[in-house]
Amino acid sequence: MAKEYHYTLGGQRYRFKNLAELMAKATPSRSGDRLAGVIAASAEERVVAQMALAELPLKTFLEDLLIPYESDEITRLIVDTHDADAFAPIAHLTVGDFRNWLLSDLATPEILAGVRAGITPEMAAAVSKIMRNQDLILVARKCRVITAFRNTIGLPGRLSTRLQPNHPTDDVTGIAASILDGLLYGNGDAVIGINPATDNVAQSVKLMRLMDEVIRKYAIPTQSCVLTHVTNTLEAIEQGAPVDLVFQSIGGTEATNASFGFDLSVLAEARDAALSLKRGTLGNNVMYFETGQGSALSADAHHGLDQQTCEARAYAVARHFDPLLVNTVVGFIGPEYLFDGKEIIRAGLEDHFCGKLLGVPMGCDICYTNHAEADQNDMDNLLTLLGVAGCNFIMGIPGSDDIMLNYQTTSFHDALYARRVLGLGPAPEFERWLAEMAIFADVANHRLNDALPDSFARSLANLPAGADHDR
Amino acid sequence: MTDKLPSNGVITNPWRRLSEFTAARIGLGRAGISLPTDRLLEFQLAHARAQDAVHLPLDVEALCRDLTGLTNDAPPHVVHSRAADRMTYLQRPDWGRRLDEASRERLSHNEDIPQAPFDLAIVIVDGLSSLAVQQNAEPFLRALIDALDDDSQYDWRLAPLTIVEQGRVAIGDEIGELLNARAVLVMVGERPGLSSPDSLGLYLTWAPKVGLTDAYRNCISNVRPAGLAYPDASRRLLYLLRESRQKQLSGVHLKDRTEDETIDHQGGSIRNFLIS
Repeated sequence: MAKEYHYTLGGQRYRFKNLAELMAKATPSRSGDRLAGVIAASAEERVVAQMALAELPLKTFLEDLLIPYESDEITRLIVDTHDADAFAPIAHLTVGDFRNWLLSDLATPEILAGVRAGITPEMAAAVSKIMRNQDLILVARKCRVITAFRNTIGLPGRLSTRLQPNHPTDDVTGIAASILDGLLYGNGDAVIGINPATDNVAQSVKLMRLMDEVIRKYAIPTQSCVLTHVTNTLEAIEQGAPVDLVFQSIGGTEATNASFGFDLSVLAEARDAALSLKRGTLGNNVMYFETGQGSALSADAHHGLDQQTCEARAYAVARHFDPLLVNTVVGFIGPEYLFDGKEIIRAGLEDHFCGKLLGVPMGCDICYTNHAEADQNDMDNLLTLLGVAGCNFIMGIPGSDDIMLNYQTTSFHDALYARRVLGLGPAPEFERWLAEMAIFADVANHRLNDALPDSFARSLANLPAGADHDR
Repeated sequence: MTDKLPSNGVITNPWRRLSEFTAARIGLGRAGISLPTDRLLEFQLAHARAQDAVHLPLDVEALCRDLTGLTNDAPPHVVHSRAADRMTYLQRPDWGRRLDEASRERLSHNEDIPQAPFDLAIVIVDGLSSLAVQQNAEPFLRALIDALDDDSQYDWRLAPLTIVEQGRVAIGDEIGELLNARAVLVMVGERPGLSSPDSLGLYLTWAPKVGLTDAYRNCISNVRPAGLAYPDASRRLLYLLRESRQKQLSGVHLKDRTEDETIDHQGGSIRNFLIS
């Protein structure tokens, strides 16, 4: 029943038993696909698969479904929400011509926004597999996805940051110290978002109140989020907690999401609940999703697909719920999925491209673990590339070291580096606040105030007793 | 006030003193907007140590010497996973979860295995940090053995110790099964953090057998001098061991009530200086 795909090169006929195998074998090499046993057997077979893929009409992906409609609600979401009118301008293209079209001057930011709803995740994944890194950057830069809650994220010339003040025991003073550090380094416009050490409702509510008080006291044009399970956030809302954004890790297959303990109806319920609070002042994007290649395989829920195609399917879930932020946590999962800096960088660029092409407000947790073959230089490279590509936001954490999750991501300093070297600013509302609070001496030229701003000097004077002994 | 830049251009951060309340790398200061040299090199050193912890092989001989006479007279079994080397290990977690043929053969034809099952098999696994095992396995095990000896509720008949090279947590299931043990304790080097390259993890599984998922395990993490101290880890583990033995299960249905207390105690300071 599954349709076979063939390609003939120099008298040799290559056979791919179905579309999933063709997609997987066309994927640039990475350890997760090797672990899943779906990787091309040789470098040549990979390129042949790419050549075969390039000849496929885009329409193929609407007919030959990678995971059956009946058995997967993500497939049903993709098929049922496909917009044929939006698809019309590109309906005649093959995957190879789609790449040409995307790179061409025909594909302006306005045109790209117009065809978005006609592009499925599988089309985006397919074309990304035959694109070089510079192609992924060039096209992503043309795709603008702008969202808003208490500020505006994703405008051209902007790079926002999630301030991530994690602490291994959720100690309030420890978290407040990291928040202060981040704000004084100009970070936190995408969200102030805590991964709780203790994942329950009471703890989450405590952290939500902490952040809400800080945001209100200093009138910071930003939003907060506790990255707890969606059902915990729902309960927190019922208890009257100040919830700005609803968080959930999502994957590209129904079975992956089942392993995460939710389905699409739960996300819809949570979004409605968050909207009912009417806490956004500039916009109503109330969801924050995290994704990452390898999660479906890790949950044994990948249906024989390659990990990048699974990842792109997660963006169909994301875009259905109008999120403020979607974050691919690209190097967190470990070397069995993305082995080294080269694989992490490639995956980060793919994810950002596919997300943006599909209309998802894509950011990236540019990160690695200590058992991956990667280091700060690899992160500098990916940060610079994503900054050029127009990435909506990155993480900001003290000194790159997450002391709760035990991995390294971009630091507050890193964000300032990217802004300065690429001439990018934070969200405009936040930028004004940074100037008003005298955190920056010269926002336009990325110059911080060399002195401690008055309002924060007063707060430091409130330090718990004993904190001054070393001064 | 505008402080004049020192001649090396480095701005220090007066809120550096807040590092008393968190191990996070706050108040690092800056050269322009970049990390000052000393902070940069501090980070590089921490990362180098974490990488070394992953790649340095476990010194099995030294570990065996440390463990001599700790549980019984027999020397520990030393076995190997199906992952031949570290590069393979890092990319094939599935191979790290199973014994290689020679090891399996050796354990299954062991004459020491009695008809009546052991109460507990203790398996020491290099995991992702040989440093964690090298530094913490022996002192923690001393604390645990003392606690088991003193246990008034149960007698604990221990299987011979096993040491595994290139192993992951689940390899303990296969070993426990082969040694005819009613429960298995895996002591494993955890994924090293930048500031914690030496964390030992403890995993308990009741009725171990090949193919169990993490849902069947209980975990105690971050066992090391600067984390969860040996006596505390041993106390929590003994609680789990007794509960597991009494209820004949482990995993999600076995709740660690001692942890609830611990987290209450660790609630720490409750003041948010940014607000008050």
